[in-house]
This record gives sequence, structure tokens and C-alpha cells, in this order.
Amino acid sequence: MRIWPIYKKELRLYFTSPVAWVILTIFLAIAGLFFYAIFGNFTRVSMQMAMNPQGGRDINVTDAVLRPLFANLSVILLLVMPLVTMRLFAEERRSGTIELLLTYPVRDGAVLIGKYLAALTLYATMIAATLAYPAIIVGIARASVEWGPLLTGYIGLLLMGGMFLAVGLFASSLTENQIVAAIVTFGVLLIFWIIGWTAEFATGTLGAVLTHLSILEHNDTFAKGVLDTKDIIYYLNFTALALFLALRSLESRRWNG
Amino acid sequence: MIEVQNLTKLYGSYTAIRDVSFSVAPGEIVGFLGPNGAGKSTTMRILSCFMPASAGTARVAGYDVFRESMEVRRRIGYLPESVPLYGDMRVAPYLDFVAEVKGVPRSARKRQVAEVMDRCLIADVQNRLIRNLSKGYRQRVGLAQAIVSDPHVLILDEPTIGLDPRQIAEIRSLIKSLAGEHTVILSTHILPEVSMVCSGVVIINRGAIVAQGPIDRLVEQFFPTSRVEVEIVGPRAAVLEGVRAIPGVVRVDDSARDSDGPARFVVESARDRDVRGEIFQLAAQQKWNLLELRQVGMTLEEVFIRIVAGEESQAATGSTEAEA
Repeated sequence: MRIWPIYKKELRLYFTSPVAWVILTIFLAIAGLFFYAIFGNFTRVSMQMAMNPQGGRDINVTDAVLRPLFANLSVILLLVMPLVTMRLFAEERRSGTIELLLTYPVRDGAVLIGKYLAALTLYATMIAATLAYPAIIVGIARASVEWGPLLTGYIGLLLMGGMFLAVGLFASSLTENQIVAAIVTFGVLLIFWIIGWTAEFATGTLGAVLTHLSILEHNDTFAKGVLDTKDIIYYLNFTALALFLALRSLESRRWNG
Repeated sequence: MIEVQNLTKLYGSYTAIRDVSFSVAPGEIVGFLGPNGAGKSTTMRILSCFMPASAGTARVAGYDVFRESMEVRRRIGYLPESVPLYGDMRVAPYLDFVAEVKGVPRSARKRQVAEVMDRCLIADVQNRLIRNLSKGYRQRVGLAQAIVSDPHVLILDEPTIGLDPRQIAEIRSLIKSLAGEHTVILSTHILPEVSMVCSGVVIINRGAIVAQGPIDRLVEQFFPTSRVEVEIVGPRAAVLEGVRAIPGVVRVDDSARDSDGPARFVVESARDRDVRGEIFQLAAQQKWNLLELRQVGMTLEEVFIRIVAGEESQAATGSTEAEA
């Protein structure tokens, strides 16, 4: 399996074109804004509580800052991730380079995994940069952070992002139009994001299934510090299914017609 | 090295190629010739393992392109017609990527990339973005990626299209230099190119092979006579009659006549007979002025036009069978 050269090439293309830099910049600008607002609010509320000792409940960084931050990051990712993956196959199809790529001695699976890992690397870079926020909380604001929930929060983010990328890769393999790929990815993810809302009107098993399918149902537990196999398996399953569909979509040109 | 048998490809209900069979011997350069839309690119895409055939088999270097695709892909270099390259990459890293994907070992890669850049005359642009290169350079980078792993078989789809005459000459000599150690199949619709570069030719029209073989044999086959173009000032009927009487003359074609003025016609004779001397003697005896006497070389171009045009007129009358 020659995954490595494909991975290197994709990563190089991300970072030699403006794509990676623009995505990183915009993502971090929006994420920074959210962090600023959330953390600003947290300091204001904790200040008020300090002045009013008999009232108010306990307030901590994990519940008041990190959980809302992770939730907001998820929403930003919903919008940004389709743009990370839309190019990967659509551009190769549009420019015709896929004709050369798929006649080199590499398996379709290696091409797919190479591209997926490159996108995952870019994504990991994006969320690694947000580690600056807990660093600011600890280093500058002198507040304490619970490391366990922080770690599980990032594990959750990585799993969810990995699933977003797999869906995006599948959408990109279907079309030679990057915009179509992005819209399809966004549409699929958004539908699975909110599919749980319909569960209120369904009863019994159907309701439970719809609830389980919803991304919303699975992304908050990590930020609370809980590693639930149900959630981990949900993301991994979804990722595997999307990658499998992408592989079939790539192979479909070899089906006799 | 390349064996194609009864290859058929359908796009939906449209038949792109039908029952195509040909073979290419090791070390040979074969021109794949045909008008636009004849099925050249389709055949090459099947040979390069990009897509499967609907029926029939193709073997490259002894391996089936469908069932042993990986083995075939390790042994070919392919240049598609549109020369698809990664515009956002620079030339040298791009070629290094291709070499790595094609399995050139790390130790040999740097040397092989440098060598192929020298060979394709692109060493001077190795640090430029491919997107900013001229068409001629892009074409040569495309050729470089095809030969960088030193494959046994090269499949080149219109390698000289869109180049200026000097670049065409360079690419041709490059391709010619590949003969012997590599087996090359190249498609084109520029006929002189085939006669200049290739030893054999396969002519395809409307999805079917209409002729194949070494070029000179094809020319002989389609033009069994040698031709002389003559222009004589004299009484037309008498001139024609006199020429027809020369032994060995098979046919006199005076269809290109003007109503008055000198008689112009083409004399066809048996291939090994030169009738020019006798035509001169005849004119001298009769005191006709001989203005022109010229042997016409029969070229591949005329073979091609005859075959393709013949196909078309046959198709018009309902028959599509043509066999060389």
C-alpha cells in the first residue's frame, strides 16, 4: 500500500496552495471570538458571584467555558469541514489528474486513505491550535483546568471531525464540482446533526433510533469528561461507512458498462 | 508487448470501439491513427487500466489489464491527451511524487528525476509552479512523468498536440530515442508525425481497426502502382493515347484537366517500372513540349485519406466492412 506518497502530496497541496492557510485563519478567528465571548462572560459571572457570596451555585471552567466552547467549535466545524475535503477528489476529477493518479500502481484504497489522513492532519493542526485557549486560562487568567475532561473533549472533537472528513471525502468522490461536494457534505452533516429533533414525534424504537443517529446526541458527553463506547462506536461506524462508500464510488468506474 | 483482442467498449448504448484487435512487438513504436472521435483515447484508457473494456481482452507485457491491473500499471507510463498535472505543485517535487508512487526506490529517485528532467529539457523550470508553465513545457513535464520510472511500455495520447514546430521536433526526437528499450504506442492525427516517428501503424476509424502493419507495406498495399505526374503541351487526345501505349502503364488519370492549356495527368505504372524516360522520348519524338515530369511519392497520408474516405462512402451505402 503506497499511502505515504499520496499523503505527502496532499499535505503539500494543502499547504502550498492558500487552502490550508485560509481555513486555519478563518477557523481560528471565529473560534477565538467564541472563546473570548465565553471566557469574558465566565470571568464576569464569577466576579459577580465572588461579590455575592451567599447566592449562586458552583461555577467551574469545565462546565462554564470548555463545554460551551467545544459545542461552539462543533458548529464551526460543521461549516468549515466541508471546505477542507471538497477539493480532494472533485478537483482531481475536474482537472483530469485522477486519470493519471488511478493508473499509477497504487490501490484505490491507498489513494483514499492517503487523502483522508492528509485531511485529518490539517484538521488536527486546526484543533491543536485551539489548545491555546486552555493555555490562556491557566497561564494568563490563573484559573485551573480539569485536564481529564479537556483531554476527552479533544478526543471527541477528533472523532467527530474524522467523521465529518469521511463524509466530505465521499461527497467529493461523487462529483467534479467542489461546490456540489461542499453543499452535499454540509447537507448530510446538518441533517444528521438535527435528526434527533424529529425523534420527539416518533415513539418507541423509531424514536430511539433517530435519537441515536443524531450527532448532537454524541458530542457533548466527551466535553463532560465521559468516554462512552456508544459514542465512540457511533463516530467510528459513521466514519467507516462513509469511507467505504467513497471507496465504492472510486471503484465504480471499473465496473463494466 | 501489447496484445489487444476483440476489444469493445460501450458508453451506454454508444459503441466507442468495436472488436478492436492489434498487437505491438517489444521495442516498436506504433502510431495509433484515426480521425477525431475514432476511439483512440478510449483504447488507450483501457490499455492504461483507467477503465475496463465491455468485452474482449488486452494484455500489456503479458498481464491482463483488468485482472492483473497492478502488474500492468507497474510497467507502463501513460500520458493522457489533456496532460493533467497538479498546477499547484512545482516540477521537481511533482516528478519526485510520481517516481515514488510508481515505486522507484528512494536511493534511485533523485538521480532518475534529474535524468528525466534533462532528457525532457525541463531542468530549467524544475522550481516553477506547473500552473505557470507554457503549454510546451507542460507537455514535456507530462512526458517526463510517463517515463520517470523507466517503464517497459509507454502509452502516449497525442503527445505533440498544441506545440510549436520546434517543440514538436524536440518531442519527436525524444520519443524516437525511446525506441528499442521501450515499447511505445502513440496516438495522433498528424500523419507526417507517424511516418517520421513510428515503425508501424494501426489505423482506426469509427471504433474499428481498418488497417495495420508497417508503414511501407501499407502504402504498397493501398497503392500497388507508382505514379508520375506529367504536364505536356500538345493535342490532348493524341498525348493521352501515346502515353497509354507505353508498355507498363496501368492507368492514366486525367481527371485534373483544364479545359484548355497543357494536358496534365497522372500516369500509374507497375511499382517496379519507371516510365519517365519513355514519356520523355515520346514527347521528344512528337515535338511536344514537356513542362513537368515528376515522380509522386505515395504517403501514409494518402493511404489514410483513402481508407477513411472509403469507409465513409461504404458506410453511406450501408456496408461497414473494410479489411486491409
